[in-house]
Amino acid sequence: MSTTFDSPPLTNDADLRTKRRQLTIAIAGNPNAGKTSLFNALTGLRQKVANYPGVTVERKEGIWALEGGRTARLIDLPGLYSLDASSIDERIARDVLMGRARGLPAPDAIIAVVDATNLARNLYLITQLLEYEPPVVIALTMVDMAERRGIDIDVQRLRDLLGVPVVPVVAPQRRGLNELSRAVSEAARHGATKRVQWRLSEQAEREIAALCGDGEAGPAARRRVMEELYGEELPPDQNRRALILAARQRLQAHDPNWWQEPLLARYRFIERIIAEVERTKEAKRDLTMAIDSVITHRFFGPLILAAIMLLVFQTIFAWARVPMDLIDGAFGALAQAVHAYLPPGLFTDLLADGIVAGVGSVLVFLPQITLLFLFITLLEDSGYMARAAFIMDRLMRGVGLHGKAFVPLLSSFACAIPGIMATRTIENQKDRLATILIAPFMSCSARLPVYTLMIAAFFSDRRIFGFLSVGALLIMAMYLLGITVAVCVAWVLKRTILRGPTPPLVMELPPYRLPNPLTILQTIWSRAWLFVRRAGTVILAISIILWALANFPRVAPEGDRAQTVADRSAVESEQLKHSFAGRLGHLIEPVIAPLGFDWQMGIGLISSFAARETLVSTLSIVYNVGREADSSSPSLIEAIRKARRPDGRPAWTPLTAISMMVFFVLACQCMSTVAVVRRETNSWRWPIFMVLYMTALAYAAAFITYQGGRLLGFG
Amino acid sequence: MESRSALTVEAATDSTDPMRRGLRSLAELPIGFSARIVAVNGASHIARRLMEMGFVPGAPVSVVRQAPFGDPLEVRVRSCHLAVRRAEARTIVVGDPQSFIG
Ligand SMILES: Nc1nc2c(ncn2[C@@H]2O[C@H](COP(=O)(O)OP(=O)(O)O)[C@@H](O)[C@H]2O)c(=O)[nH]1
Repeated sequence: MSTTFDSPPLTNDADLRTKRRQLTIAIAGNPNAGKTSLFNALTGLRQKVANYPGVTVERKEGIWALEGGRTARLIDLPGLYSLDASSIDERIARDVLMGRARGLPAPDAIIAVVDATNLARNLYLITQLLEYEPPVVIALTMVDMAERRGIDIDVQRLRDLLGVPVVPVVAPQRRGLNELSRAVSEAARHGATKRVQWRLSEQAEREIAALCGDGEAGPAARRRVMEELYGEELPPDQNRRALILAARQRLQAHDPNWWQEPLLARYRFIERIIAEVERTKEAKRDLTMAIDSVITHRFFGPLILAAIMLLVFQTIFAWARVPMDLIDGAFGALAQAVHAYLPPGLFTDLLADGIVAGVGSVLVFLPQITLLFLFITLLEDSGYMARAAFIMDRLMRGVGLHGKAFVPLLSSFACAIPGIMATRTIENQKDRLATILIAPFMSCSARLPVYTLMIAAFFSDRRIFGFLSVGALLIMAMYLLGITVAVCVAWVLKRTILRGPTPPLVMELPPYRLPNPLTILQTIWSRAWLFVRRAGTVILAISIILWALANFPRVAPEGDRAQTVADRSAVESEQLKHSFAGRLGHLIEPVIAPLGFDWQMGIGLISSFAARETLVSTLSIVYNVGREADSSSPSLIEAIRKARRPDGRPAWTPLTAISMMVFFVLACQCMSTVAVVRRETNSWRWPIFMVLYMTALAYAAAFITYQGGRLLGFG
Repeated sequence: MESRSALTVEAATDSTDPMRRGLRSLAELPIGFSARIVAVNGASHIARRLMEMGFVPGAPVSVVRQAPFGDPLEVRVRSCHLAVRRAEARTIVVGDPQSFIG
């Protein structure tokens, strides 16, 4: 906008104070109202994501350069339909509005995002926001869409009726942003005249007046009493509680649905506004309805869902391999370069095998995470995700989960990390936790090298009925095992530690929209960066610890380190056997012996708790075939087949291999997953619980497999 | 945790009340038909959520379709499409089916 903004002359101290201080502005609105698009348009890439203290709700904030050179701290509140109910999101939003959130001053103004195509429902939250102290500015989004649908909104009239500024915006096209900036600066300076009046029935008004006491009867006092009387939580004070309960009883006697009164009063108020400001011309044919008659069709719906999932799966599983191999190769080369150019020694080893390899093991997941989030954001932004949940809800509910758990769980077959991050779309915290806790049972791509090695070593050329490969059947069995256990665990969790009333499914099916490329890029960028920063630090630390475990105490003095490749792998093998890791292997041998494992496999198991695929490289070192071997390397397969126990029996049998695979299906051997669960649940309690129960299950299952197999005469 | 003792009063299920014939639950509304909402019953935390999403007495509502595996229903309240399970739809009382939507 080209009009210049003349700031009015400063008149008093309060003005001066607000002028100097950085403003804090909160942005609130219904889900799907265009909040994220507006937030991104206002802050660009200057945003950061944190959690509200003590809870898993994410707090996004950014810096917004207002007109006239000032900046504001812009807080993105969770997407809300109301401030009433007692979900975590709603409680947090209330805390922020009242300046009770730790580390956040009360906002100087609130931007209330209102979807013009859905005015009635969006205004409900507004009637509540207006009851709090901070001045409100309404950002009317989707006005372009409303126009196309023949909805005409009298903005001036809306402004007059509500008594707050209303600014039409189209965030993806950056329309209306300057006007918004002006209106917000103005509101923060002068406050706002809000005009929301609605009265309840005689009885209710009498009770409220009595509970307010004779003192002040201002809007804030009234709001507090309403919260006590109609809210889900009773006041802590005994006397007050008795008063409230008595009042509720009296109202209840009058009308069994007495508690609906404020809701209905708000809606009557909204109804009056709508009647005055909204005119709908001849409604155009609804494209969304037409698309949905195919997308959620009884027969085509599930088929299309399967096809989309297959595409996502294929991309993460197969096509992401290319950049992953590149990253892997690059870090491998870097580690070799470190070895080649730095003098041999402990520091070089730490740098190459601890730090460089550690960083590599983090970054190697980036392509999968980025690609998965590309898909998820596309599906979410276009409106398809709600349809997927709509289709799958019936099946997921059988397990006690929400329809929205479907996509994260499916993505976990590629990698649990992006899958766990994708559970954010599940609002109910218990459902979300249950989904997070079972996601690692989906056989991820990191387990494949292990399966491949075991099958190549013991089942490569076996067939059933002449054409069914035993290897393929085994891999399928492992996937099915993971799914079955996940279903059982979800069932148990939802009936024990995560028990709670089945949350109702009342889910919006938003109209289909073309996703906005900028929003998508920003989401992917913030997710990727978050992963690198948060998970990265933990993974790096554990990599270094593992490196130290495998390299101390030293066996060979630094001077006589062998130079040829063959000698080097002999030295490495010797080093590993005498290291802490090797000793740990011996130490845990009695524990893992019932699973059919010896101490050398024990070393593999220990190292694989960092990342599953490490088993392959560790076994290569243990069996002295050089660390560059991969899961199809003939020398490693030979070494595994030839390995002997002290008494001369083969170390591995087909039964040992199956037991090992079963263990890998169920054990939580991935520190990246643990780090991400720590981040997503904002506590160490859940990741520790996850590692313990999964490992216990893995142990039990491998035990049953091995001992049962022996009883049946195998192995 | 929070006490909702006084709030979770199970309201009478009006849909089976012989005094109010012509009423039925949203779950019984045939696909493609619309009706006006008469009341929202059931536990308060669910009813409140439903009402916040627009299921208020007086609002027109129609059943658009059911999900492929039979359960959540797609319903339309005002201009907004929502998925609700049959269990929740049974707590919403509607009047006579009125018209057929295309
Ligand atoms: N036509 C149109 N689309 C918009 C507008 N604002 C946002 N969108 C789109 O609406 C969808 C949902 O927006 P988003 O910002 O993610 O909503 P949120 O759930 O409230 O954060 C996205 O696909 C946006 O690109 C707008 O003013 N006009």
